[in-house]
Amino acid sequence: MAARNANSPAAAQNDTKVERTSDREVVVTRTFNGPARIVFEAWTQPELFKRWWAPKSLNMPILSVEQDVRVGGSYKLVFGHDASQSMAFHGRYLEVKPPSRLVWTNEESGDQGSVTTVTFEEKGGKTLLTLHELYPSKEALDVSGGAADALPEQFAQLDALLASMGARV
Amino acid sequence: MVQFYQTHLDASFAALSDPTRRGVLEQLGRADASISDLAEKFHMTLTGMKKHVGVLEEAGLVTTEKIGRVRTCKLGARRLEEEMRWIESYRQLWAARFDELDKIVEELTRKEKADGRKKRK
Repeated sequence: MAARNANSPAAAQNDTKVERTSDREVVVTRTFNGPARIVFEAWTQPELFKRWWAPKSLNMPILSVEQDVRVGGSYKLVFGHDASQSMAFHGRYLEVKPPSRLVWTNEESGDQGSVTTVTFEEKGGKTLLTLHELYPSKEALDVSGGAADALPEQFAQLDALLASMGARV
Repeated sequence: MVQFYQTHLDASFAALSDPTRRGVLEQLGRADASISDLAEKFHMTLTGMKKHVGVLEEAGLVTTEKIGRVRTCKLGARRLEEEMRWIESYRQLWAARFDELDKIVEELTRKEKADGRKKRK
């Protein structure tokens, strides 16, 4: 993984590193070429957040972003190709410390939700971002993953759930 | 990450360094077995076999499940491969997101510098 970047020294692209630090935890790190203030803004302003959270490769456009970025405030992200086939991710902010720390819960799967902590450390005009996810169990981490290929599966589950509830979306 | 896998590999190799444990894996490759089955097959005490199975379990090579009073052992060798696949798909998602975020951060940083220059004039 690291070798790919080492082979192209011309690329200014910073490396995204992922480490599973325990059965229930995963840590992602990445450096951004800008001050923490700006990186933090891109996580907390819906218009900016919307532009990067659902990259094309995810094949799952983001329909709406609501963020009430304060301690206890909630957020809701809706993904999908259209409103009739969408799924929502939601939770609450536990800590909001601009521009250095953001902690929120992921409550879409009920009690089995994870807690995400993002820290922004500025050094020489660059920002080291560390994203830490803590899952309630190894099983929860394995099935969730936040991984790209997990999404369609969750969609199918949601469809089934909505159908069973006779919900109008 | 390298360190994480190093630890796992070390545990795997340590587990495989013992002939009894290799035999147990071979046996479990044929069929699941209880600890007492294995102890009997390898002419060992229950405690001795428990220790071996514990080492294999620690390395992720074997999984055990207790049903009633019997602990059944099965092969769990795919764990490492699955974890690597999990990590790779997770990394791909975040790398894609962060590549986009990169563009926004650089755009905003440039804009801010340009605005700053304008203000100073």
